Amino acid sequence: MLGRTASSLFWMSRYHERAQNVTRLLEVGFRGAIISHSGQEDGTHWTFALSCSGCEKGFAQKYDELNLRNVAAFMIFSKDNPDSVRHCLELARNNARAVRTSITAELWEAINTTWIEFNEVNPQTITQERLPDFLAWVNQRAHLFRGALLNTVLRDDGYFFSQMGNFVERADNTARILNTQYWTLLPDSDIIEDGTAERYQWSAILRALSGRRSYRYAYPNARLKAFNIAEFLILRTEMPRSLAHCYDWITETAEDLAKFYGSREPSLDMAAEISRDLSEKQMREIYQQGLHEFLTEFVGRNNQFAQQLSEDYNFA
Amino acid sequence: MAEERTFFNEMLDDTGEPRQAYARLAQWLEDKPANFLTKKSRDAEMIFRRLGITFAVYGAQDAAERLIPFDPIPRIISASEWRRLSAGIDQRVRALNAFLHDIYHRQEILRAGRIPADLILQNEAFLPEMAGFTPARKVYAHIIGTDLVRVSENEFYVLEDNTRTPSGVSYMMENRETMMRLFPELFQSHRVSPVEQYPENLRQTLESVAPDPAKSNQTIVVLTPGIYNSAYFEHAFLADSMGVELVEGRDLFVDSGKVFMRTTRAPKQVDVIYRRIDDAFLDPLTFNPDSMLGVPGLFDAYRAGSVTICNAPGTGIADDKAIYAYVPDIIEFYTGQKPILNNVPTWNCSRPDDLAYVLDNLEDIVVKEVHGSGGYGMLIGPTASKREIAEFRRVLMANPSNYIAQPTLALSACPTHVASGVAPRHVDLRPFVLIGDQVRITPGGLTRVALKKGSLVVNSSQGGGTKDTWVLED
Repeated sequence: MLGRTASSLFWMSRYHERAQNVTRLLEVGFRGAIISHSGQEDGTHWTFALSCSGCEKGFAQKYDELNLRNVAAFMIFSKDNPDSVRHCLELARNNARAVRTSITAELWEAINTTWIEFNEVNPQTITQERLPDFLAWVNQRAHLFRGALLNTVLRDDGYFFSQMGNFVERADNTARILNTQYWTLLPDSDIIEDGTAERYQWSAILRALSGRRSYRYAYPNARLKAFNIAEFLILRTEMPRSLAHCYDWITETAEDLAKFYGSREPSLDMAAEISRDLSEKQMREIYQQGLHEFLTEFVGRNNQFAQQLSEDYNFA
Repeated sequence: MAEERTFFNEMLDDTGEPRQAYARLAQWLEDKPANFLTKKSRDAEMIFRRLGITFAVYGAQDAAERLIPFDPIPRIISASEWRRLSAGIDQRVRALNAFLHDIYHRQEILRAGRIPADLILQNEAFLPEMAGFTPARKVYAHIIGTDLVRVSENEFYVLEDNTRTPSGVSYMMENRETMMRLFPELFQSHRVSPVEQYPENLRQTLESVAPDPAKSNQTIVVLTPGIYNSAYFEHAFLADSMGVELVEGRDLFVDSGKVFMRTTRAPKQVDVIYRRIDDAFLDPLTFNPDSMLGVPGLFDAYRAGSVTICNAPGTGIADDKAIYAYVPDIIEFYTGQKPILNNVPTWNCSRPDDLAYVLDNLEDIVVKEVHGSGGYGMLIGPTASKREIAEFRRVLMANPSNYIAQPTLALSACPTHVASGVAPRHVDLRPFVLIGDQVRITPGGLTRVALKKGSLVVNSSQGGGTKDTWVLED
């Protein structure tokens, strides 16, 4: 397989995952905006979506007013915002197009149809009433992409690289969301434990990571607690967006890749090491180390792993 | 105003009765309700768009991908018509390859005075770097798309030979797939020669000209300029259907006189490159030093015989518009036979006599740029306005040697789906030929159709569409 093909498959998946993550953050921001009762539009919810997706700075440079119209324009449709849904979908499709010969017809049709239909949407028509349906549609299309990938693609090196891209991005996204909001997740936040400390941010974080419901199954008393939320999203392997889960998947894929090529590269050992660290850690130790420090270090290691992978396999 | 020209109607004879090959189709068209084809056209468009069968138009604002309009009514060629056509094409592609070998070796045809030496030696498409080099099996042009038009029952003219990197074969294949989805019943009532063997034939052809054809696992690649090229879909389609890698220049490198591709593991040596980039972009060391597309050192590796490039560099001289007029001589010189297919009489505007005639008759003839393609920069006298003709006259006189001219041919017409129903529209035909261990001509080809009433311009960049082309079996 060409190094460039490996790279395109990695980024095709990575950008698709990012498009979906940005979409979910917008859903959370929108939900917050419509249930706030202060009478005026409350900007906090939009700030949450913008900062978690890394769009805050770019937005501030372009817009003065924090409202649905501006945030949606910037995060969904903007051609200037490198993290907009549009930009992610376009790059995902360009990467897929560059490797048309290495992906299945089902997968290509899923990607291509998403892009065609997305482009037929006039941003002016996405009003407050239509936004939820539209975001749900983007979400569905992202699930279709992943379903087509899992169901039709041959389990060879191409598949392995696509999985790497997917889970490197997901781990990055989860870690960044947690890190942007880390102070709300410090155990001191609910020191009184009378339940009133349940913060808007907690459920927003869980929703942004599709974990609002599953949290209640993972923690039978179902009460939202900073400690549990952090543990759920960092260390619990059964949570499909936790850091531990992402690195389980990456390590398994790394083993498959080593078997496929009959040789181990440095990046595979890096993945195993990150995975081992996560599995041996207790939440208490992470708090002792400092949540913010831990997350910052994780984001760095995750990046280094992706960098090493691209060097080991000649991503062009 | 120009009076209504007469043209050959491929479906109906002069009495308005369907010709034999079209009899069943004509009946079928008559039996269908009025909006039937409109609906089927929409279905076809949906299929094409989803599959991403698109092309880019150079210079267009939204240079993004567009669909070539697809006409759902097939064009039919009878078995006997096809036999004659393919014999003519076979003769022509063999002669052109012999010509290429000759002008890059002893140049007998120039010594014999059959072609003016300057026309070859001063031609930009002639590559001195190829002199004295003999490619595998002496084949230079492995993939050719011969552009033909029909003017009467038995008269076909060759418009162009396309010996560089002809495109359109993916449309031939996808048009057929789409037709089989849309109209299975038509395939039951006609014995249509298949075209699906093309990728397999292409692969056999490429393998047969590998530096070491005896090697069991040939590494073949399709070399594309990348996703922004107008024919990118086709490049991906061909690589995919042959089961080979689709590479860009940056995926290849030359080491110790051999060509390798960069893979996720050890570099892999490449035996045959089916290149879909122009000569000038193949190798920045030999040709265009500014090119970002090519592979440094590729040409030296080629000359050293470690890799085969298809088509060979320098084949463009065989389809140069200034050489075109000499193709009948070329055929006679190398085959000793009379050409089976007609050449269109051609005036070379670099000759003063020819230029004078062309300037006197601009209203009646077609003028083309020598190096142009895709229907850009041409004048079709009979359909042009007075102003367009005056404009073109100025351009032509400023640089006459840049132009050739030909009489306006009355292109044949085929039944085509239009807003008002079914009407005849003018067509051409590009069959695809493969030359390696043998000459393989796929029965069919790409029919391009001028969708505008009366128009003779079939190019997709100028609003032309395509049709599936059926060669019937006996």
